[in-house]
Amino acid sequence: MQKVNAGPSSAAPAQSLTARQRKTRRMWRHLRENHPFLVMVFPAVLIVFLFNYLPIYGVLIAFQDFMPGDQIIGPNTIWIGFYNFTRFFTDVQFWPLMKNTFLLCIIGFVIGFPLPIIISLMLNAMKSRRAAKVLQTIFNGPHFISLVVLVGMLNLFFGRYGLVNNIAASLGAERVSYSLEASAFRPMYILSSNWQDFGWSAIIYIAALSNVDPGQHEAAILDGATRFQRVIHVDLPAIMPMVSVMLIMSIGGLMGVGYEKALLMQSDGNLGVSELIATYVYKQGLTGVPNQGYATAIGLFNSIINVVLLIIANTTSKKFSENSLW
Amino acid sequence: MSSKATSKNTLIKLGTGDKVFYAINTIFLGLMALIVIYPLYFIIIASISDPDAVLAGDVVLYPVKITMDGFKKILERSDIWKGYLNTIIYTALTVVLSLIVTIPAGWALSRKTLPGKKFWMIYFIIPMFFGGGLIPFYNVMSSLGLINSMWAIVLPSILSVWNLFMTKTFFESSIPDGLIEAAKIDGAGEYRVFTALVLPLSKAILAVMALYYAIGQWNSYFNAMIFLQDEARYPLQLVLKEILIASENTTGGSGETILQQYRMANQIKYVSVIVSSVPVLMLYPFVQKYFSQGVMIGSLKG
Repeated sequence: MQKVNAGPSSAAPAQSLTARQRKTRRMWRHLRENHPFLVMVFPAVLIVFLFNYLPIYGVLIAFQDFMPGDQIIGPNTIWIGFYNFTRFFTDVQFWPLMKNTFLLCIIGFVIGFPLPIIISLMLNAMKSRRAAKVLQTIFNGPHFISLVVLVGMLNLFFGRYGLVNNIAASLGAERVSYSLEASAFRPMYILSSNWQDFGWSAIIYIAALSNVDPGQHEAAILDGATRFQRVIHVDLPAIMPMVSVMLIMSIGGLMGVGYEKALLMQSDGNLGVSELIATYVYKQGLTGVPNQGYATAIGLFNSIINVVLLIIANTTSKKFSENSLW
Repeated sequence: MSSKATSKNTLIKLGTGDKVFYAINTIFLGLMALIVIYPLYFIIIASISDPDAVLAGDVVLYPVKITMDGFKKILERSDIWKGYLNTIIYTALTVVLSLIVTIPAGWALSRKTLPGKKFWMIYFIIPMFFGGGLIPFYNVMSSLGLINSMWAIVLPSILSVWNLFMTKTFFESSIPDGLIEAAKIDGAGEYRVFTALVLPLSKAILAVMALYYAIGQWNSYFNAMIFLQDEARYPLQLVLKEILIASENTTGGSGETILQQYRMANQIKYVSVIVSSVPVLMLYPFVQKYFSQGVMIGSLKG
């Protein structure tokens, strides 16, 4: 209890001291009673520390002349300030990478964001609940296919002697190796992503639609609204809060586009459009002669853009509606 | 139309506009279902058809000259079965460890009395939106001595912050406070409350989490690609990557030899897609209830 007494305000009246003592005692009791929760949360804290926070510390190498095996902060550390960043901004690859990443994300977003909303509204408007359930099960299926298999399927279907070329050839068209064709990369990437995930992404809206008050529909029917009008004026407003939340989230993750898939789809022929910031980071940092400080700087630049986008989206949404993440 | 239309007539009139809507709706969704199903169906019929017929484009709606050669050939591919075994081991370890880490942490975070709750919440939220990126992550794994170890595949996958928050939300919304109070009055400590009371009530979230983590691990290839050098440790997806993708994106050879390679390799490809996806796709209809539940639990938060 001496600890509590010590301090610059030792002239404080005795009454407040006892109050403070009581508070400390209460805190200790609280801690003693609830320490099992700390024990329970500890393994998760440790894992996140190791695999999420330690790498954040490792970002420091973006500002160093770093060789693999160097200490992050040691006597031999060479600090080079923002050199790696300016090097990236003046890299001939900079604008192509930005363009490829942004275009893939934005086209993907323009198609991939509304589609699940439309699908959920349509499923919800089906007369037969049973049919809607069966369709939903079918639509969710492709979500569980791995990226490797998905890209493998793309190669099988769009390969030189694949199904698509066979059909095209029987109609008299030339055979095309789509996986080597730069112009085919974005359509194949985006359409296959949508094929895989439109059903899965619709679940969240379907859940929101199931909470719509049936009384609103009955009132609309009495007013003579058609089913389509009810979709637009009853169902759609009901899921708008969820739509804004999803909008903010997907804008925040815009630049975090699935580079693991892009990497699998890359070929000599399409590299001009399929090289993204994140795949470039991988190649610079982990393949060939590793250039880790440089690669880390590029990665950091990418995540900062993401955070900024997220903050902009959230503030905008807050301004124009009541929906925001924080 | 007569203005003296009975109410029955009005109903029918309303119906005609709606009939068109329902028809368009059903046709569109039916088409979407076809688009989803056909590629999967094609993989199946191509895998059991004569490879020449597949290459010639004769296989479109049904299998031609049914043969099980592809499946026989794949039985001889030791790399696939080795990968299969590795994936099963990695997935099992991931599921067990992830539940041990995620479930208690989710419970603790759902309690108002967790000391420093605000701090821990922020601690777990930050990694959702910001990270060190690939290279620092690789270097951490390297300094932990995990390169070329199977723990490089398992350990980073045993906690997803999204799953943690989903678990927390589940506990907040589905374990009645009164129950916990009653048990405590009876003298149960926090550990006992958790193991004897909370866990038995949490089968749904345990199932959801086990499945999320299992599918995530089963389908992942990237960490294995950057951390494993020893092919004997490759998980299934990495073996599949060699079979399905590595050979595809290179050109070379005359049209004739390419065609020859195709003939040999294609059947194996179709079959390996099936063999690798079957466990997950078979499981899916039975567990879809839980999966959707998981997404909905997550959505409560939003």
